[in-house]
Amino acid sequence: MTGLLSGAELSLFRGDRCLFERLEFALNPGELLLVEGANGSGKTSLLRAVAGLLEFETGRIMWNGKDVVEERQSFHAELAWMAHKIGLKNDLTLLDNLRFETGLRSTDWSRLDSVLQRLSLSGLTQLPLRALSAGQQRRVTMARMLLTDARLWLMDEPFTNLDVAGRDLLTDIVAEHLANNGLAVIASHQGITLDVPITRLGLQ
Amino acid sequence: MPGLGQGLTAIIKRDLLLAWKRPGDVLNPLFFFAMVSALFPLATGPSPEQLALNGPGVLWVAALLATLLSLNSLFLSDHEDGSLDHLILSAQPLTLLAFGKTVAHWLVAGLPLVLVSPLVALTFQMPGRTVGVMMLTLTLGTISLSLIGSIGAALTVGLHRGTALLSLLILPLAMPVLIFGARTVALAAADDAVAAGVYFLAAYCMLALTLAPFATAAALKISNE
Amino acid sequence: MWNFIHKLASPPHFYKLSAKMVPWFTIAGVLLVLYGSIAGLFLAPPDYQQGDAFRIIYVHVPAAYLSMMTYVIMAISAGIGLIWRMKLAHAVAAAAAPLGAWFTFLALITGSIWGRPMWGTWWEWGDPRLTSELIMLFLYFGYMALRNAIDDTVKADRASAVLVLVGAVNVPIIHFSVEWWSSLHQGPTLVREGGPAIQTAMLYPLLAMIFGFTFLFAALLLSRVRTEVLFRERRAHWVRDLVLSAEEAA
Repeated sequence: MTGLLSGAELSLFRGDRCLFERLEFALNPGELLLVEGANGSGKTSLLRAVAGLLEFETGRIMWNGKDVVEERQSFHAELAWMAHKIGLKNDLTLLDNLRFETGLRSTDWSRLDSVLQRLSLSGLTQLPLRALSAGQQRRVTMARMLLTDARLWLMDEPFTNLDVAGRDLLTDIVAEHLANNGLAVIASHQGITLDVPITRLGLQ
Repeated sequence: MPGLGQGLTAIIKRDLLLAWKRPGDVLNPLFFFAMVSALFPLATGPSPEQLALNGPGVLWVAALLATLLSLNSLFLSDHEDGSLDHLILSAQPLTLLAFGKTVAHWLVAGLPLVLVSPLVALTFQMPGRTVGVMMLTLTLGTISLSLIGSIGAALTVGLHRGTALLSLLILPLAMPVLIFGARTVALAAADDAVAAGVYFLAAYCMLALTLAPFATAAALKISNE
Repeated sequence: MWNFIHKLASPPHFYKLSAKMVPWFTIAGVLLVLYGSIAGLFLAPPDYQQGDAFRIIYVHVPAAYLSMMTYVIMAISAGIGLIWRMKLAHAVAAAAAPLGAWFTFLALITGSIWGRPMWGTWWEWGDPRLTSELIMLFLYFGYMALRNAIDDTVKADRASAVLVLVGAVNVPIIHFSVEWWSSLHQGPTLVREGGPAIQTAMLYPLLAMIFGFTFLFAALLLSRVRTEVLFRERRAHWVRDLVLSAEEAA
């Protein structure tokens, strides 16, 4: 199977348990890969393995025709990660947290004001992150994604802690990203309705 | 795309900022260092010859223990809040970021020890001429300890009873630093040649500088799985 | 050649092959140690300087040499396991660790017993070889403790592999310490310019003990690796077949 992002003959073990084997997928710009399955079925592990935080037992992931294991740095430069844990420092302010991201990967700081505006975070920039609600903290992770130029978005249960408005907002943001030739892999037991080509990967 | 220098300064700044918000992380090991050094004369008796004799050794053991205390939290918060994922997945090499965190750790945990050490030398009535050598060896030694310690901290992050295990892992590699550090200060007190000891500490420090960050990065990836 | 190595890396093939090797190694080891002990204790003449006290060399030297050799084997296995992801290599490292720790302990104890009449002291804290051998003991302990602390086998394998490689810096230091620093410990006796500095009547038993210990170590290591492999592969088909055929045979 070919695509900008593709995986073939993928199998993953956690301890002794085989989560899945001989998995394959292909994703092109503008497409969404939705990983579905019950809790404990391996959705998170699959996503972490695609990102490179875990290793597949067999098979490999290709990005732009190259094996991601060999071209790790350039693969990382093009992906943005959103996990169940927020990945931000509670002691630092929203602004300090986002500013740190600029040292890690390519970002466009000029978008900051508009992004914060859109996510209703503008008035909260000087507060330490722990002062924000869980939903607001998740919006900060969304802000972080919007500031980067990453083409591939990997998101594990991104709707956690978001209210209805938040979920709609996230769905819109993902839709815009895909419309701009971005790719997205989302693991969610909630499902997502979008007017784009969706590949569904179901795990048992 | 941020360059390596930008990445390094970003992580050092972030960690220094975090340490600033939690002064306990700096002050606790420092207090421990001062406390151990102060308790020894109380326990062993105030005879000046004995103090001067034991001084270098006690100082160095206290510095080692204080550093061990501070190492446990090096990667802990990043592991707990999920920031470690982002460090590993960043476009910057993980080795660079691990090195940056170690630099910040030394600035926060090692450098204060070096700066406070003259006061400790005073309590042990160590001769004035040894203070320079003491601070030099402590600088080289604490840098080595931070680097070696970061490997241990990366291997044990998130493990149950991590601190005890961390100490056990670091101990064999820290022993040469302790031996040569204390010995050299003792030699300085006896007005003997200190060059050999200083060279050894410097060489060990160079070795740690060149090799430790790679080991730390590898260990972080493994621990984060 | 590659086929042989490839086969060796496969657990079931290793298991079959090692089954044949263990008894031979054990026999060779026992015979050599028997000869070495008898010749060393009774046949070799007393040393002109140390008298009969030198005879502890027949245990001390093999133990010290094996303590370092085991670490080298662990480091190489760990490296192979990390780079080529060979599970068997990790099993070898895991199995070797306690053996190495025991040899190190034995070397330290016999060295201390020897040191008492020779140098007048049970231990010398400033000595580089003694200290670095002690450091090696702690490295073994740290390795085993780290393995123990991590539940997931794969993660434990890889974390401890990193640790072993980091500690490998210590091995050349022990070996060369007697040349770099002035030490109570004597310089190299066997591997030096001009050939061994020891007479043949004493040399041959020593060589026999060294080789004998090594064969026994190999037999022990292989047995431990076999057990390790069985445990790690316990859910695999070949293990089940093995157990079933063993039950049928009984």
